[in-house]
Amino acid sequence: MSDHATTHIEEVEHGTVKSFSIVWILLLIFTGIEVLLAYEQVTPVIMLVILIGLSVLKAALIIAYFMHLKFERFSLFLTLFPMLVLCIILMLIIFMPDSLRSLNMRVVQ
Amino acid sequence: MWLFICSDALTFSALLMAYTYLRLATPEWPKPFHFSPSIIFSSIMTFCLLSSSLTMVMAVHAMHHGNRKATVRWILATMAGGVAFVVLHATEWRNLIVNEHMSPSSNEWGEPLFGATFFGITGLHMTHVIIGVIYLAIVTIAVSRGKFKYEDVEVAGLYWHFVDLVWMFVFPLVYLMSAKI
Repeated sequence: MSDHATTHIEEVEHGTVKSFSIVWILLLIFTGIEVLLAYEQVTPVIMLVILIGLSVLKAALIIAYFMHLKFERFSLFLTLFPMLVLCIILMLIIFMPDSLRSLNMRVVQ
Repeated sequence: MWLFICSDALTFSALLMAYTYLRLATPEWPKPFHFSPSIIFSSIMTFCLLSSSLTMVMAVHAMHHGNRKATVRWILATMAGGVAFVVLHATEWRNLIVNEHMSPSSNEWGEPLFGATFFGITGLHMTHVIIGVIYLAIVTIAVSRGKFKYEDVEVAGLYWHFVDLVWMFVFPLVYLMSAKI
């Protein structure tokens, strides 16, 4: 039992103060880029894609390092994320083309 | 906690998806957020949440090394970040309601759904932050009394990082997509 406990503590060791700080700075930089992007003249669709892309990157950093999923068992990742991503992609496939279509079909006055 | 986070992530993704749908399908979407104060405010709020995530990680780190005093200090710093976020957000809501006459059913820029989605999404997120602060307060009291193990602090940390993570999507979608250029 005590043997199990010690191996558990070794497993749980995840990241150092330095790595956390680096992740934090990276997150701040991404946020800065997003704010700058808001003032670029691009169409909403392109801007949306870039913003979501950056946000997904940030989410991945938070999940991997702050929520230390990177240091957990791989089966935990497999239990949680494929399902989540699949659900979100299903919603995307169903709704987004329709949203763009209604924009194009609008009666121009 | 991971399962709760997954289901909550789906709730938020459905809400944000509905918002994005409306945003793209509406050509005259209101863009009421001036650089100052709204975008600066929300950027500072983002900074508060991100920093509180860092302090939460430090709290979990300290608890891992069995340092309860440091854990309590870091969690208190995290709570300060959360409270700052809520205060800033409440100030902004007040400004929108009182000065810009915005309500969930109507606003002065035309598209009434803007108010509904804005208050719905940011309101739900703010509720999460408030619950998180209360949760952390309970954890702090327990840790300072010598109760609770490392895992308990870690799970509280998971919840807090998730709240931060959701804001990483709310901030660009709701604020930056409606920034006044």
